[in-house]
Amino acid sequence: MSGDGRTRGKGARHDARNVTLLWLLASAIMTPIVVFVFGPHLPPGHGSNEAAGQVVDNTVLLAAAAPIALGVLVFIAYSLWAFREREPQLQADGVPLRGNSSVQFWWIVATTTVALSLSGYGIIRLLETGAGGGQGPEPIAVPPHASNALQVQVIAQQWQFTYRWPSFGGVETREIELPAHTLIEFNVTSLDVIHSFWAYQLGVKADANPGVNNIAYVTTRGPLAFEVRCAELCGVWHGYMYNGGQVVPRARFASWIARARLQYAPATRNLSPYSKTYFPEPQRRAG
Amino acid sequence: MSAIAGTSPGLMSARAPLWRRLIGFNLLTGIVLGVGGWYLGHWIGTEIHGVSLAYFSATAGENDIAIMLGYLLGVLGFLIGLGFAVYPVQRVFGGQPTLAERESHEHGLLRYFSLSTDHKVVAKQYMVGIGFFFFIGGLNAMAIRTELLQPNTHVFGANQYLTLVGMHGSMMMGIFTSGVLGPFANWLVPIMIGSRRMAFPRIESLTFWLLMAAGVVLITTIFFGGFQTGWTGYQPLGDQGTAGYDAYIGFFALVGVSMTLLGFNLIVTIVTMRAPGMTWSRLPIFVWSVLATAGLMVLAAPTLIATLLMAAMDRSVQTAFFIPGQGGSPYLFQNLFWVFGHPEVYVLALPGFGIVLELLPVFTRKPLWGYRLAVAGILGVGILSFFVWQHHLFVSGINADLRPFFSLSTELISIPTGFIFLCALGTLWRGRIRFTVPMLFCLAWAFNFLWGGVSGIFLADVPSDVTTHGSFFVMAHFHYTIMGGLIFAFFAAIYYWVPKMYGYKLSERLGKVHFWIMFLAFNSTFAPLFALGFLGMPRRVITYATNLQGLNDWVSASAYVLGLSLLLFLVNAVWSLVFKREPAERNPWQSKSIEWQLPTPVPLHDFEQLPVFDGDPYPYGDGRVPVPAVAPVGEGG
Amino acid sequence: MSGYAKRAVVTAIVTAAVVAAIVLYVALYLTNVPGSAAATRTPIGAQLFLATVPEAGPSDPHPTWVSFFAVNASAGDWRHVTTYEVPANSLVRITIYQFDSPSGLRNPFISQVAGTVGGVMTLDGKVTRAIPPEEASHAFALPQLGISVPLPGVEEEAKNACEHAPCSLANAHRTISFVIHTPAKGLYRWQCFVPCAAGFITGFGGPMQTVGYMGGFLKVV
Repeated sequence: MSGDGRTRGKGARHDARNVTLLWLLASAIMTPIVVFVFGPHLPPGHGSNEAAGQVVDNTVLLAAAAPIALGVLVFIAYSLWAFREREPQLQADGVPLRGNSSVQFWWIVATTTVALSLSGYGIIRLLETGAGGGQGPEPIAVPPHASNALQVQVIAQQWQFTYRWPSFGGVETREIELPAHTLIEFNVTSLDVIHSFWAYQLGVKADANPGVNNIAYVTTRGPLAFEVRCAELCGVWHGYMYNGGQVVPRARFASWIARARLQYAPATRNLSPYSKTYFPEPQRRAG
Repeated sequence: MSAIAGTSPGLMSARAPLWRRLIGFNLLTGIVLGVGGWYLGHWIGTEIHGVSLAYFSATAGENDIAIMLGYLLGVLGFLIGLGFAVYPVQRVFGGQPTLAERESHEHGLLRYFSLSTDHKVVAKQYMVGIGFFFFIGGLNAMAIRTELLQPNTHVFGANQYLTLVGMHGSMMMGIFTSGVLGPFANWLVPIMIGSRRMAFPRIESLTFWLLMAAGVVLITTIFFGGFQTGWTGYQPLGDQGTAGYDAYIGFFALVGVSMTLLGFNLIVTIVTMRAPGMTWSRLPIFVWSVLATAGLMVLAAPTLIATLLMAAMDRSVQTAFFIPGQGGSPYLFQNLFWVFGHPEVYVLALPGFGIVLELLPVFTRKPLWGYRLAVAGILGVGILSFFVWQHHLFVSGINADLRPFFSLSTELISIPTGFIFLCALGTLWRGRIRFTVPMLFCLAWAFNFLWGGVSGIFLADVPSDVTTHGSFFVMAHFHYTIMGGLIFAFFAAIYYWVPKMYGYKLSERLGKVHFWIMFLAFNSTFAPLFALGFLGMPRRVITYATNLQGLNDWVSASAYVLGLSLLLFLVNAVWSLVFKREPAERNPWQSKSIEWQLPTPVPLHDFEQLPVFDGDPYPYGDGRVPVPAVAPVGEGG
Repeated sequence: MSGYAKRAVVTAIVTAAVVAAIVLYVALYLTNVPGSAAATRTPIGAQLFLATVPEAGPSDPHPTWVSFFAVNASAGDWRHVTTYEVPANSLVRITIYQFDSPSGLRNPFISQVAGTVGGVMTLDGKVTRAIPPEEASHAFALPQLGISVPLPGVEEEAKNACEHAPCSLANAHRTISFVIHTPAKGLYRWQCFVPCAAGFITGFGGPMQTVGYMGGFLKVV
């Protein structure tokens, strides 16, 4: 051990203590900031129950990540300052520490505990109502009273979304308005390639696969405007595949859908019967 | 005893003129035969098309079979022209096994343009070849950021933009999977384990030339309309594509073969060719990471090749593996692709771990802390990487029962990754840290990979993933882990090992400038992408919500600076290695690793006598001389 | 030549070749997009004439691909562009001469006219709100503006059908005309919604996915 002045003894205790204190201090400062200052503004906002749930989850993850990241950063920063080579001409070696089973053991315990807890938390939250994500044709995270949900079929095609309303005569519209404070069941499917229905403010994302019905649940809150974007590359106009939508009071929704039924009556006559999936011709090469 | 033909300069005085030396099996012949093979394959494909009308729709004006056959025969011609058929044919006709074919023939630059069985030459070929394609991928990235400066004005065509995106991703993911194993594992692994060569030197050279052919095939996509699917090549979108998608298939098929062979070669070498005394517990940590990476390559790449073969058949002979209305399933493609794709990204991450853990002891003058834990971490990451792939598909409508499992497995992979960090941190503790350029890049690795890893925790959590999947948040995550992680480790490796590999110093001052500009510009470019993803910007879009323009402009400006820093590195490399050529000392970093005990330049057969290892690979702080005791006679040449 | 000079020359040549390759890549490939055609101004706004054909013609890089063209009032002066310049906040009449045969609709929803003034189009002189879905040959739609107009096809066995561009009004064709109210200045994209890309899966590859054939931009100035 060539003299770096920090062998076992007082120097060693000071370093470990310093790092720990600095870390605790940094965590004590940053974690509340992260939770209380950033937390409420985390995406995707509070536009629906599921979106608000995601905000809570993101806050929890951020609160867990902050001390972890700070721990690594504080340790590295401290080490770079405390253990930098001050006498390069000596060409001396550092302390030959090869490991410390106690440190390793507690590290494994700590990281495993954190990983399992975060994972468990996420799974529990997911299984509540699905967190707005597409669950496939047989969802397992079904909200209560799902049989009374307003069914909205999202038909993704190259390159726009259209919406079909089975409980309103199977009318298809290009605009989407949803009633406030209502449980919605999105049935997302595609006519051609893989798209993805991402209603940002509602916290909903469900891939649209051809020949598959992908179900996502969301409970709307108060009136708001939301943006729908395609989130899976689907060809040249993928970036332009977006539309706006609105959550409106129930009465306004009722009158809107009634007007839409009248407006789109000629098209409705030409539509194929409502179905969870469609296989329109041509499937293979045309012409 | 070595009977290798004399290599003394005196015998070289009667060299044939350049034009005469160009005749023979080399790159030039390879290109000529490759182009010939392309035309032959294309012609055969056209003739077949004429006969089997059922598979051709004249209105499309597309002849996928001709193009695929063209690529196939072109690559075969290329490889034959390079001389890869010579040895197999000789053996078929009774020739004896030998490695002597190329070892004494070429000196100077022509070695690098032909089939070489010297692992050091192949490594340097890889370095330049990968650097070239990295440059092209980087240029495409600059073009992408130029397009994204404004949402409502387009610099490039909409089709060309998607091809840019796809080419950038494919070039980086396909070429850089061999980014560390190619140049560094090929050079270092034989020396570190005390061998003079790889187990299969010709296959080693084959993997390099396959990769080069692959890169060229990918670039030819622009002559066929490009491809609109991004590097993931999802079906059925890919099936809709013009012939440019065939170039994508050809590229990844060749990359897959190259990867499989490279991994296979490394595994056999490490398992069977270790010198006496090089037990598993003495293996340098870099070699462990290479072994794990090679294992992943061998198991994952064949899946990709099979998947692309199915896609090619869908496109050309009208099978329906991935077309739902005809009995196929797009889920099949997504799952098969990600069964390859996820281990693929760990192929990129693991060598970075290995490099950083290998270099930290040198620049802290301490042994690697927690060697066994580091090995456990590397192997743990490698094994777990096969069990997480459906986290790319959380909201795609997969069976909902599977999602808790994959969320758990993805979260669990952070545990072995944490071991790597612990070992890095432990190596820093009580060291004598020297801030050389390689060390700076290692420290930057730790910083960047930390953020990459933490963002992975968000993506592993399904509710959080509902918003972040398919958005710029994912882009930020993987750029932090792959570019912030692997590429920074790659530069650490370059600055560290180039003095030994090339015998010349790289300018330390320019290196520090390169590092700081790159580190700051990198973070400035990719940190805002987390915000962009959180604010609702999807991936691979040519237009975006106008309120996001400010952030996008900041990112693009930073990206230009990042590009400039890499250009600065290129200038440093060319200046130091081509022009200035200041000879490097034998061991400028005072490393106790075996490659630094060899003379510079390393002789053709690496070791005068094969070493016997008898100690810790990181004997820092013990006051011992680490050069392994040399075995008396024993193994000869 | 000394070694140093040789290396300098080689470096210079390689650098020049790389720069030249980049310039060619950008100029010949990346920025190689079709031009634009401007609508002619009229007293109430502007008028744009377009035509759709079954094949782009032998002088085109993709001779067998369906395509839109910009033409003048008598279907002359054929320009193979798909970016159309129109004035902002105006009434723009778009007249399309449709020379191709039907392909049908994958989503029959597109059979109804939407987003035009009055929600109607004039088909061969008759005011029409929707067409039978199997008659659709092409469509002109601007999803960002909610505009969608199906373009019915010429019968398969029509006499004097046009094979490829340029066609003339003497060939069998349908004439579809509609008026849109253009929004504020900006760049909007338009596309066809009919699976008319013969030879490509679901009929949506090739020309449907290539700007300059079945999709392009509306530049509102």
